[in-house]
Amino acid sequence: MTRPRLTDTTLRDGSHAMQHQFTREQVREVVRALDDAGVAVLEVTHGDGLAGSSIQYGFSRENEMDLIETARETAQHAKIAALMIPGIGTRAEIKEAIARGIQVVRIATQCTEADISQQHFGMAKEMGLEAVGFLMMAHMREPEFLAEQARLMEAYGADCVYIVDSAGAMLPHDAAARVRALKSALKIQVGYHAHNNLGSAIGNTLAALDAGADQIDGTLRGLGAGAGNAPTELLAAALDKLGINPGLNVFALLDAAEFIVAPMMPFQPFPDRDSIALGYAGVYSTFLLHAKRLGKQYNIDPLEILVELGRRKTVAGQEDWILDVTLELANQHSGQNQT
Amino acid sequence: MDTFQPKVKVAILGSGNIGSDLMYKILRQPGHMELTLLAGIEPQSEGLTRARNVGIRASHDGIQAILDDPTIQIVFDATSAYAHVRHAKALRDAGRIAIDLTPAARGPYVVPPVNLGAHLDAPNVNLITCGGQATIPLVHAVNRVTPVEYAEMVSTIASKSAGPGTRQNIDEFTFTTARGMEVIGGATRGKAIIILNPADPPILMRNTIYLLPAANEVDETEIVESVEQMVAAVQEYVPGYRLKNAPVFDYRDTPTGKRLMIAMLLEVTGAGDYLPEYAGNLDIMTSAARQVGEVFAKKLLETRDRRLSFRTA
Repeated sequence: MTRPRLTDTTLRDGSHAMQHQFTREQVREVVRALDDAGVAVLEVTHGDGLAGSSIQYGFSRENEMDLIETARETAQHAKIAALMIPGIGTRAEIKEAIARGIQVVRIATQCTEADISQQHFGMAKEMGLEAVGFLMMAHMREPEFLAEQARLMEAYGADCVYIVDSAGAMLPHDAAARVRALKSALKIQVGYHAHNNLGSAIGNTLAALDAGADQIDGTLRGLGAGAGNAPTELLAAALDKLGINPGLNVFALLDAAEFIVAPMMPFQPFPDRDSIALGYAGVYSTFLLHAKRLGKQYNIDPLEILVELGRRKTVAGQEDWILDVTLELANQHSGQNQT
Repeated sequence: MDTFQPKVKVAILGSGNIGSDLMYKILRQPGHMELTLLAGIEPQSEGLTRARNVGIRASHDGIQAILDDPTIQIVFDATSAYAHVRHAKALRDAGRIAIDLTPAARGPYVVPPVNLGAHLDAPNVNLITCGGQATIPLVHAVNRVTPVEYAEMVSTIASKSAGPGTRQNIDEFTFTTARGMEVIGGATRGKAIIILNPADPPILMRNTIYLLPAANEVDETEIVESVEQMVAAVQEYVPGYRLKNAPVFDYRDTPTGKRLMIAMLLEVTGAGDYLPEYAGNLDIMTSAARQVGEVFAKKLLETRDRRLSFRTA
């Protein structure tokens, strides 16, 4: 196993659990702690990437560009990254994020749609950025298929392509097989991004490393969509014990998780009933809070909503279908009550 | 139908999927149009063969074939934004009306039931995007009752119905659709999101429209009626256009406090003229194009009739 590069995405994936309410002061504190503890890359964006602030995904409390700038001003060593999802964000936002201080852009598509990212990789590379590809909902396709999609991103100029388990639906052998397929197909680096819906985020990340992953993701306290991500502090401890610690201060990260991030959190993401359902049904992790809210409003079990969304093979970003499915279920239920 | 009814000669430029679907639509419902030519640039194109098989003249000389036939008055351009920039100039110089299905936007944006009447003298009109054709009518329907401050649309289309043009220019979809919601829909600010869904069998085209009216107090009944009227107006030329539910009125936390939000869930089933039914995104473009062509053709004939009656008087 090689010493992996760790990207902390507390300030991006964690934004889902925070319902996009991060303040500048919180960003400053988290960035300072992660930077001091030796984390190489810090991702700061709305949970759904640049321009994600919307009715569909939830409005940001603060302009994400201001948060990026705050992160840039605070970090002494770490690179600042932003996520962008073609179809939501555009090159205009990448350009602005560069002006505000990002050095890395992570460009994410549904794992079958890599060919919508060509113009974004092209511009990012032209402007001298490090560009990372994200194949989301990667549990939905076989390793060989994913390798083909990753090759497209490599051809567009990606420096690394991630297998992204957006639904937290993978188990360690799924993660390993997919990373292995990309490692043998690509000349560039390969990464792995986990969600803990099946309680396997750390296990999957370690399996990915064993299969040759060069980059991995974590969040402090696992703060992220669904049951959260692989906790950065836990990854640091594990990497250290495996003898592949890439310069992370384990105790500093334990402190950051416990004393800085935990007090900010509205709840501790955890594989509870509805989160396990996400992983089990293969549903995009960010649907969780939307399904809970609408379930409460229309008196429908969120688990029923999530399972139906899985059956309909919804993909990353389709939050509007949660309302659609909820209204349909509410109609069905009221029909049943009448008969 | 009266076989002596005068017609306006029209041509389709582009022999791909969109051009073919449009051809079948005009043949099925010619109205005041007579389709005389389908022009592409690939001699081996299946689209040209399809045209010949249904008795339509086909040429692989592209724009030149149209310029060479002075009887053609209206040209539907279903090529690419890049090609249309050149076509727009050539057609204008030759005095032909261009109905542009590409995102080139050389002429004003048109959405038939909203603003077509305002641009009947334009030499070139643009159909925005599929998502724009689907959602702008409903933005307008609400805005004519109560001013819309913010309009957001999410278009979900089947991966199989997104061609290379859409895939390589996805930012243009986002930008053009958002702009259309502002300029034609009337919203102060527009935002567009597009998602490709690879499910098999493919999903029907879906659009969700979220609106924040400027006022938190609105007349819900009046809004629902205006929306229903607009849906019926679009259905006249896109039969597969329907709201899945009545508009939902709800409150959401926004940067400007708790605000009234109106959500509308829209589904578009294609007519299946040539393209499959799930490709409602492509159907709504060709249906809108046919509708625009028909209105232009009628106007040309009326103008000619007026001139004739003036002369005989």
